[in-house]
Amino acid sequence: MDLRLDRLGVAIGGARIIRDLTLEAPSGTVLGLIGPNGSGKTTALRSVYRSLRPDSGAVWTGDRDLWKLPRREAALTVAAVTQQHRAHLDFTVAEIVAMGRHPHHRHGGRLGEAERRLCREAMERVDVAHLADRGALTLSGGEMQRVLVARALVQQPRVLVLDEPTNHLDLKHQLGLLSLIAGSDLTVLTVLHDLNLAAAVCDRIAVLSEGDLVAVGKPDEVLTAELLKTVFGVDGEVVPHPRTGRPQILFSIPEPATTEGTR
Amino acid sequence: MAEPAAVERPQGRAAGRPRPVAPVAAVLAVALAVSALVSIGAGAASIPPADTASYLWAALTGGTIPAEEAGRYQIVWQIRTPRVLLAALVGAGLGAMGVAVQAMVRNALAEPYLLGVSAGAATGAVAVGVWGGLGALGIYAVSGGAFVGALAAALVVYLAAVQRTGLSPLRLVLVGVAMSFAFQAAMSVIVYFAPDAEAASTVLFWTMGGFGAASWATLPVVAVAVVAGIAVLARNARILDVLSMGEETASSLGVDSGRQLAWLLALTSLVTGVMVAVSGAIGFVGLIVPHVVRIVVGADHGRVLAVAPLTGAVLMVWIDLASRTLVAPRELPVGAVTALIGVPVFVYLLRRRGYLFGGS
Repeated sequence: MDLRLDRLGVAIGGARIIRDLTLEAPSGTVLGLIGPNGSGKTTALRSVYRSLRPDSGAVWTGDRDLWKLPRREAALTVAAVTQQHRAHLDFTVAEIVAMGRHPHHRHGGRLGEAERRLCREAMERVDVAHLADRGALTLSGGEMQRVLVARALVQQPRVLVLDEPTNHLDLKHQLGLLSLIAGSDLTVLTVLHDLNLAAAVCDRIAVLSEGDLVAVGKPDEVLTAELLKTVFGVDGEVVPHPRTGRPQILFSIPEPATTEGTR
Repeated sequence: MAEPAAVERPQGRAAGRPRPVAPVAAVLAVALAVSALVSIGAGAASIPPADTASYLWAALTGGTIPAEEAGRYQIVWQIRTPRVLLAALVGAGLGAMGVAVQAMVRNALAEPYLLGVSAGAATGAVAVGVWGGLGALGIYAVSGGAFVGALAAALVVYLAAVQRTGLSPLRLVLVGVAMSFAFQAAMSVIVYFAPDAEAASTVLFWTMGGFGAASWATLPVVAVAVVAGIAVLARNARILDVLSMGEETASSLGVDSGRQLAWLLALTSLVTGVMVAVSGAIGFVGLIVPHVVRIVVGADHGRVLAVAPLTGAVLMVWIDLASRTLVAPRELPVGAVTALIGVPVFVYLLRRRGYLFGGS
């Protein structure tokens, strides 16, 4: 199912966060959202998983207006891994993953055998099966992040929304998660801070700056030295990956600005 | 970037699968029956458990008892039994409502009175006690005042906290705490200008609580409110699970947390209001029972709500027994006993089991 943000506008407390944002992710593709802090990436995601109602525009999945669906229906279509994820109570990992089945049950009820198997498989896919009986509050940030991905998977959505999913993850699990995303048939909308990972996994990348869409396209079309300079304010060289040919960015740490000058 | 879960790895529950609920509940049910029997027998006129049981059997089946034992029968059936049953019901209700409020506002310090109910009830009771009113309720006028005050407080908290997008946990806590202060201030003003000292003792009863006013007449109302309230919460245990994960998670799982909070506020206020109206605001039980239960059965609300009411009931039966026997013939306020016994037990449990709760 494709995902389309149609002239979306969101203001929080009178401050305009995003303006007239139109984006499209065809079915089964990965759309990356990049941009500096405060550019509106998370806000755009929140309006997709129905945490923040847009003032104007709409979010479409296929021919359905997401904000006009019953909440439960929307949650059957879109699952999210958000940044706000500190648990308050010490649920076990298995219990947190099982919560992903919530929208599938109209009136609570126990999980069936097939659902329990689904949960086990999801935990195995993100390498947290060995933690199933552990309390969530004893997990590291990276372990918790993977648990939340498992919860989103058992929700069996058609669209997956991820807010910096590689946050806290070690290198092995970053690559593992991205390969899972790339290999799935879900339509994925993800915010990524690491531009090299974004280039490696995204089919298309959209660049936000101060609430405006400034570029969108294939990674090699979007990720240019000029964009790094104008949007992110950094200098970098863009080179093709020796094996995959995808763009990779090489940064050099800028010389510290000295107050005494060079005289 | 700081790893948020920089806590020591506990050796307690987190290391293994949570304990099964059914045996725990069965043990508690037996403990409740035994505790009630012991408590009904204990007091100024001490009655052996076997005699207590035979009087109760006679009362329930319409059997006969020897004439010379009629006095003891009256004490057991008319005075102590309703009192012990009320203690058990209120303990169960406070335990369950505490679980709900802690999940609603995602705060380990939350308890059923957090959202203004007890302060409103005390104000209502004092207002009726001092100024009169609700005469149609007869001897229940003051209880009626407490109930109306509790619901009025909950309504004011709701109206002050609600936004276009519904309720949010943090606003609910802030407004609830602020309104509690406002109601307490109003109560102080009423007492200050009251013509007699009666008002001060009314205040003491409503802020410390007690089961001395228990009777068969009021018991059914409390029983229906508490049992129905617990049943509705248990049916919605999954919602409590999701709410306790936070608003963002709730939205992504298709749960409208604003709307869920509104009906949960109504339910917990109603049940708590009924309990406060008959027994005053008995503190601490609604705070510790949820924690104690989670230490044993884990965080899952389906499991917690199966055990918390029984735990609260057993605890409250013993607390009531202590309150009326420790310094007999005088009675200690129940709220004082809950704190004096409960706090050390609570601190011990928290330290011993490596029990974790977050939220910050």
